[in-house]
Amino acid sequence: MELIYTAKQNQFRAEVRDWMNANVPAKPLQNYDTQVGFEQHIAWEKTLAAGNWGMVTWPKEYGGRDCSLVEWLIFEEEYYRAGGPFRVNQNGVFLLGPTLMEYGTPAQKARFLTKMAAGEEMWAQAWSEPGAGSDMAAIRCKAEPDGDDFIISGQKIWSTRAVYADYAFGLFRTDAASERHHGLSFILVPLDSPGVTVRPIAQLDGEAGFAEIFFDDVRVSRDHLIGAEGEGWKIAMATAGFERGLMLRSPARFQNTSKRLVELYRRHRHDLLDASLEDAVVRCYMDTESYALSTYQTASRLDAGGSIGPESSCNKIFWSLLDIRMHQTAMNILGARAEVEPRSEAEHSELGRWLDGFLFSQSGPIYAGSNEIQRNIIAERMLGMPRR
Amino acid sequence: MDFTFSQDQLMFQEALTTLLASEAPADRIRARWQSDSGLDAALEQQLVELGLAGMLVPEALGGLGLDATDFIKLAETCGQFALPEPAVEQALVAAPLLADICTASGAERAESVLGELIGGGCRVAVGHILNPYINFAANADYFLLGHGGDVHLLPAAQVTLSAVKSVDPSRRLAAVSWQPSKATLLADGELGAACWRAALNRGALGNAAQLIGLADAMVKQAVAYAADRQQFGKPIGVNQAVKHLLADCAVQIEFARPPVYRAAYTVAQAATRADWAVSHAKVVAGEAAQLAARNCIQVFGAMGYTWECDLQIWAKRSWVLDREWGDPGFHKNRVHEWLVQPNALIGPEYTFGRGDQPHAH
Repeated sequence: MELIYTAKQNQFRAEVRDWMNANVPAKPLQNYDTQVGFEQHIAWEKTLAAGNWGMVTWPKEYGGRDCSLVEWLIFEEEYYRAGGPFRVNQNGVFLLGPTLMEYGTPAQKARFLTKMAAGEEMWAQAWSEPGAGSDMAAIRCKAEPDGDDFIISGQKIWSTRAVYADYAFGLFRTDAASERHHGLSFILVPLDSPGVTVRPIAQLDGEAGFAEIFFDDVRVSRDHLIGAEGEGWKIAMATAGFERGLMLRSPARFQNTSKRLVELYRRHRHDLLDASLEDAVVRCYMDTESYALSTYQTASRLDAGGSIGPESSCNKIFWSLLDIRMHQTAMNILGARAEVEPRSEAEHSELGRWLDGFLFSQSGPIYAGSNEIQRNIIAERMLGMPRR
Repeated sequence: MDFTFSQDQLMFQEALTTLLASEAPADRIRARWQSDSGLDAALEQQLVELGLAGMLVPEALGGLGLDATDFIKLAETCGQFALPEPAVEQALVAAPLLADICTASGAERAESVLGELIGGGCRVAVGHILNPYINFAANADYFLLGHGGDVHLLPAAQVTLSAVKSVDPSRRLAAVSWQPSKATLLADGELGAACWRAALNRGALGNAAQLIGLADAMVKQAVAYAADRQQFGKPIGVNQAVKHLLADCAVQIEFARPPVYRAAYTVAQAATRADWAVSHAKVVAGEAAQLAARNCIQVFGAMGYTWECDLQIWAKRSWVLDREWGDPGFHKNRVHEWLVQPNALIGPEYTFGRGDQPHAH
C-alpha cells in the first residue's frame, strides 16, 4: 500500500491541470438537454478530443492515451476541479466504449471508437421498453435477421440523449422464438435510419433528456452487431457492470459537489437554526471521501490485474443516495430561497446550481438499474442469499 | 499509488484467521463469561507467538518493525471473531506508546516493560482520558495513565480498581484511581501530549477496524440464518424486505473499509496528520456496525433478542467499541473543526492531501 502519487502521476496531473485551465469554458454551458446546450457540449467534446483528452484510458490508436485507471481518476479530479462541463457523450465513452473495446471487431473499433473519442458521433442508450424496465429480460423489440441485415421493429423508452444523438445501442430480440435473456443481441442503430421515430419525453426539469424510440422496419447492417448473435445479454451485463461499477460516476463529480456544499455551509453556518445540518454536512463530506477512496481501491485492484465483481452494485446505491443527501442538505441551508431559479449572476453565485442538481439527483436511484434491483443483486450475488 | 495489500499482509491475516477459527469459537467466548479472568491465557500466548504484541515495535526495541498498515487487517480479523482478549489494544496502542517513549527519551522503565509485553510476560493497560473505564484492568500488570498531558507508568499494586459491569459480557471494565508521582512519571511536556494524541488515534483506528470485522461477521450470520429459517413454506431470506436489510449493511461496510485502510496508512506514515483520516474511519466504521447490529437482530427475529443467540456477542461489542476511543460526536466534531477552516484542502484533487506526501491535508 502506497497512498501517494508517483512522480509520473504528479506530472500527469500537472499536464491535465494546465490544459484544463487553458481550455475549460469560462462560462458554464447551458443544459445539454436543450438544442443550444447540446451543441455547446459537442463543441466542448471536440475541444477535448483535439487535446487527446476524450477518453484517456483508451488505446492511442482510438484517440486515447493508454492511461491506467488511477491516471483516469487523476484526470477526472482535475476535470471537475477546473469546472469541466458534464460529458454529453457519457453513454458512448463510458458505457459503449468499454464494451466495444472488449467485444467489438477490429473494424468496429476503428469505425466507432475513433469517432466517439473525436466527439463526432453522440450516443444514446436503448435498453428499456414499455414492458421491460427493471425486468430487462422481458425485451420484445425485434431485430429479425434478413441476409446481411437485421430488420428492427418495436419500441424503446427512457433512451437518454436520444433526442439529439446520432446512434443508439441496445438489446434486441434476434430470435423471435426465444424467451427471457436468450436470443437477444447487442446492436448499434443509426438514429437517422428510415423508419426511426424519436419522440422526446420531458424530464422533471422540463427538458427532453430522454425519449421514446419507435422502430418501424428499420434496416440495420450486420456490421452493427456487437459480439455473436444471441450473446447480447452477456455483453449488456458487462456494460451494466461498468455503468454501476466504476466509470459512469467518477468520485470527482461528487467531491466537487461536496466541496461546494462545505463552502455554502461555511457562509451560512452561523445563521442556521437546524442543528442537524452540521452533522449532515460532515457526513456528506465523509461519504464523498469514502466513495473516492473506494474507487481508488477498485482502480488499484483492476490496474493490478483484478476484476470487478458483484460488489460494484454497492457503488450505485451509495453515490445515488449521497447525491440526494448533498442536494437536500444544500436546499435546507438555503431554506425558502431554494425553490427559486437564479435570475442574475449574483443570484447564481448565491443559489448555485443546487436546484438543477437536486432535480437530477432524484433520478439517481432509478437509472442504471433501480436501487431496489441493485439490493437484490447484492443480496443474491454478493451475500449469497436464496433467490426463491 | 497502490491501494492493495501485499501477499505477506494477507498471509498474516490468514494465519490469524486460522488460529481464531479454531481457538475462539462462540461457545468458548461464552465460557470466558463464567471464568474469573474472562481471558483465555493460552490463546493470548498463541497470539504472542504469532508476533502480534511486538508487531508495531521497532526492531531495535525487539519488535517486528512493522506498521499500522500491516496490522489493520489483523485488527479487522479480531473483530470478525469478536475476540474478547485486548490483543488489538496491546499491539496497536500499549506497545507503540511505550516504544515511542523509549525512542524519544530512552526511559529504561518503559523499555523493560515493553520487553516483557512483547514476550507475553505481562499485560499493559492504557487509560486515556476519553475512556472512563479500562477493559481487563484487573488482569493488567502495568498501567499507562494520563495526568494532564503527562504519561505515567504504574505497576498494578499502585492502583485501586473499582469494577463496573459492561453490557458486553466479554468485557471486564474498571475505573482506576491512582496518585501521580515523580517516580511514576514516564513522559511529560510535548512528548507526553504527543503520546496521548497518537494513542487516541491508534485506539480509534483499532476500534474502527474491529467494527468493520464485527459488522461483516454479523451480516454473514444473518445471511446464514435467513437461508435456514423457514416461514410460509420458504426461507425468510427469499423476501426482498429481508434481503434489502442486509444489502444495506453490505453497502455501508463496503464503503467503510477503504477509509479504515487509508487511516491505517496515514497513522503509519504521517501520524501527526492522521486526526482527520482516523476520525473519518471511526465514524463510518461505527455507523456500518450499528446498522449491521440493528438489521441483523431484526433478521433473527425473536431469536435475535435472546441471550441464547450468539449474535449478541458481536452486536454488544459493536455498541461499545463505537463509543470507546472517542464516540461518534467526538470524531465528527474533529472532522467539522477541520472542514470549517478556510484553508482546509478540500475538493476532488485532494483525496490524498497534496498527494506528494502521506495525507498532507
